[in-house]
Parts: sequence; structure tokens; C-alpha cells
Amino acid sequence: MIETAPIWLTLKLAFLTTIILLFVSIPLAWWLSRTKSIFKTIAQVMVSLPLVLPPTVIGFYLLLAFSPANSFGKFLEHYFDIRLAFSFGGLLIGSVIYSLPFMVHPVLSGLSSLPASLEEASYSLGKTKRQTLFKVLLPNIKPSLLTGIVLAFAHTIGEFGVVLMIGGNIPGRTNLASIAVYDEVEALNYYNANIYAAILVAVSVIILFLLYFSNRKLQEVKIL
Amino acid sequence: MIHFSLQKKLHASEGFLTLDVNCEIREGEFISLYGPSGAGKTSLLRMLAGLMQPDSGFIKMNDEIWFDSEKKIKVNPQQRLVGFVFQDYALFPNMNVEENISYASAKSDSKKDIDELLEITGLSGLRDKKIQTLSGGQQQRVALARAIARKPKLLLLDEPLSAIDNELRATLQNTLLTIHSQYNVTSIIVSHNINEIIKLTSKTIHIKNGRLVEYQSPAKIFCNKSEDPSSLKCVFLSAEKSGNDYEVSILAGNQVITINCDEEEAKDLRNGNEIEVSFKGAKVFLRKL
Repeated sequence: MIETAPIWLTLKLAFLTTIILLFVSIPLAWWLSRTKSIFKTIAQVMVSLPLVLPPTVIGFYLLLAFSPANSFGKFLEHYFDIRLAFSFGGLLIGSVIYSLPFMVHPVLSGLSSLPASLEEASYSLGKTKRQTLFKVLLPNIKPSLLTGIVLAFAHTIGEFGVVLMIGGNIPGRTNLASIAVYDEVEALNYYNANIYAAILVAVSVIILFLLYFSNRKLQEVKIL
Repeated sequence: MIHFSLQKKLHASEGFLTLDVNCEIREGEFISLYGPSGAGKTSLLRMLAGLMQPDSGFIKMNDEIWFDSEKKIKVNPQQRLVGFVFQDYALFPNMNVEENISYASAKSDSKKDIDELLEITGLSGLRDKKIQTLSGGQQQRVALARAIARKPKLLLLDEPLSAIDNELRATLQNTLLTIHSQYNVTSIIVSHNINEIIKLTSKTIHIKNGRLVEYQSPAKIFCNKSEDPSSLKCVFLSAEKSGNDYEVSILAGNQVITINCDEEEAKDLRNGNEIEVSFKGAKVFLRKL
């Protein structure tokens, strides 16, 4: 029989990545949708980079950065007693960077599609930027937020290259379901590989189905 | 009293336009802002509301300074107590009618204030309705009620009735008048409709290419200023040959009328040309303006 730990670890990673991405992506997408700063283009490139780079490349550089042999890793270990290479924390940071465009892009397109007058109306009604964001802007881009959440979650479940580079395959700490499939195949345990793979397929199908179904419902509410 | 002098370089469709308007409005007055599209009317309202930064100038609202480029004072839109009715209404689709209005009101306001506002704007029966289910006229009322719920010192209306048919327009004009007399708020409305301007407002700011050309009562601005009082300003629509004469269709106000004239009078005119029509005896003369 298979170990269930990799499945739970995968779900935990996807859940935490999604939560962190929500906090990071909403302010970032809001800034991108409004700014005319010259840093906008640089920020857009950085956000979209994980879409085009091979995951192993991102994983490789993160591994170098996290390594205690290099300055950033040394700094973390020396001052905070944290070692990110081959740890769950490292996986989490890698996943957040790797799935960033999947959350930022839907939220950004949602915010850009709202007329500027909604935000301006809220300001001229005496509301702060924060109140405007939470009471007017975000409630009106629910489908985009949902798309971002689901894609980030699903994309984290499907990670392989990045997590293999940063996390390796330490049972209970960095051994994710996608890596378990690879491991089982290498050990010629096709039956076990099949179970892990089937679970991943099922989870992904359910998540995407829920996304499209609820977005359809939200659209219908909007039309009525 | 509100006194402002505002200058700003704007990107217009035909290159740059420098908006430069200096004006004083008495407290409680209802003013109209009139001028061709692209003259800077909306930009002027946006600067008063604090949604657009002027290059230079000042805005004084009674004793408060809302903007002064020399003293580097700029009060946020949040602190200006301006009610702004946007051309697209800018209602919040995630809230119902009552929520849109109560979003604007201060915490200290009672439910009674909101009820009163719903009553005046004729929205009492629609308070739980979603914004998307309302007609254009109803949305316009919600936008107006929301702007008033803010208890503004200045009410700015950016072509609020332009997308509404004539019959409903008259009703909504009456609502505007009721609100103005009830809350006695200094108001500025952008409008292209002369009838509306005369009905609602006591003075008109006429701007053209970013400059204030006239600031006086609308009746004076829109009265026939041509030397010949028997002439009318119209728009040429079309001409058709009928016998020896030409049958010419022209738009006078909101009415299309047909008159007969010589070929000589009609031959150089094209659809949309502004013309002056004068009558001498039985003869009609058309002159391109």
C-alpha cells in the first residue's frame, strides 16, 4: 500500500502557498493596475518569469540562494537559525515564487476591468484606499479571485521541477506526491505510482470543475 | 462661496489644450457648465473633486483651502465633502440600492436620514434591489441619492441625464430641483441641453477650448445674438429637388422642419452644417455659419 504522507504534504504545501499568495498578490496586482512607475515593467517581467523559465532553472537558483555555502543562506542561518535548502520552508518559498503569476494575473485582469470611476466614487464618498479595496474592488472581482486561488492551488499540486531541486525527497518533510510518482516508477512499483497519479488527477479535476462551476454561478448572479 | 482659479494642460483629441478657468460661485447656487465636447468640463469637475491634480491655481471653499499650488496645499478627495455624480453613475454592483446609499453616509446618520433620501428620490420600493436590475433612470436616482447621503458642500453632476429619454428626463430634473432646494447644496451640472440648463440653473459657465468665455444667466447666453432677430440658428440635414425649387430639411431645436428655397441657397450645404435661416417676405435665406 502507498504512504499517505506525500498526499497530505502536497495538500498542506498547496494550501499554505495559496494563503501566502493571496496576501502578496492582491497588493501587488492593485499596484500594477494603477501605477505608471518605470518599475512597473520590471515588476511585470519578474512576476511572469516563472511562466517561461524551466522549473529546474528556478529551483537551481533558489537552491544556490538557500545554500548555507552562499551569502543569503549563510545570513539566514547565522542570524535567524533558518536553513531553507531541503526543508518545507524552502519548498514553500519556491512554490510561492513559482505560482505567483497564476494568482497575480487573474487578480490584475479583474482589477483592470473595473472602471476607474468605482474607485474614485468611493474616495469622494470619504472612504480610504483600504476600505475601497475591501468593500468595493475585491467584492466586484470575485470570479478573478476565485480563479487565482484555484489556479495557484492546482499549480502547486502539479509542481515537480522546482520542488525536486529545492526539497529533494526527504520522507515526511519534502516528499511530495508528484515526486512520489517519480520515485515509485524508478523503483518499478507501477501499481503504487498509479495510485499516486490517479489521486493527483482526481484532485486536479475536482478543483478545476469547482472553479468553472462556481464561476458560472457567479456570472449568472451577475446577469440576473 | 466657492472660488477657484485652475490651470492644467490637458491631452485633447486635437493636441494639447490648456484649461484655465477662474470663477466664483455663491453658496447654494445651482450652476451649469456648458461647452463643446473636449472643452475641459469633466476635467474641471474632477479637479474640484480632487480626482485630478491641477498644474497650478487654487480652490477655496468658504474659509477652507482645498487646493493651493503656491502654498502646496492639496486636500484629499476623501476630506473635501464633494458629492460627485459620475456620467456612468459608478454604482457599486456588489451592493443593493440601500447599501450603496448607506455606504456614503456617516456612521452617525440614522436610518431615518436614509429613508428620507430614498423617499425624495422615489427609491423606497427599490431599496433591496440589485443595481444590475435597475433601469437607467433608477440608477441615476441611486447615484444622486448616494452623492447627497455624503452631505456634501458641493454637488458635482457630470452629464447625469444625458443617457435618459426626454420624458423621464423632465421627471429627474424635478427631482434635482427638489433636492437642491431641500439640501441647499451648491451644485454644478454639466449639460448640453439648453432647456435643462435654463430650467435648473441660475447661471451658466460657458467654456470653449479650456477658457471661460461667458459666466452669466443662461437666458442671456442662449438668446439669439444675431443682428437680425428674425433669423434662427439651425442644422442643415438634407436637400431634395422639387420642381424649380429645393426642398430643404433642417433641424431647429428638437424639430425637423422642411422649407422651400432656391438652388443657390442650398447647393454648398452638407449634412450637419450649422446654418442661419432668415425670412424676408415669402423668401427664405440660408447662410452657412
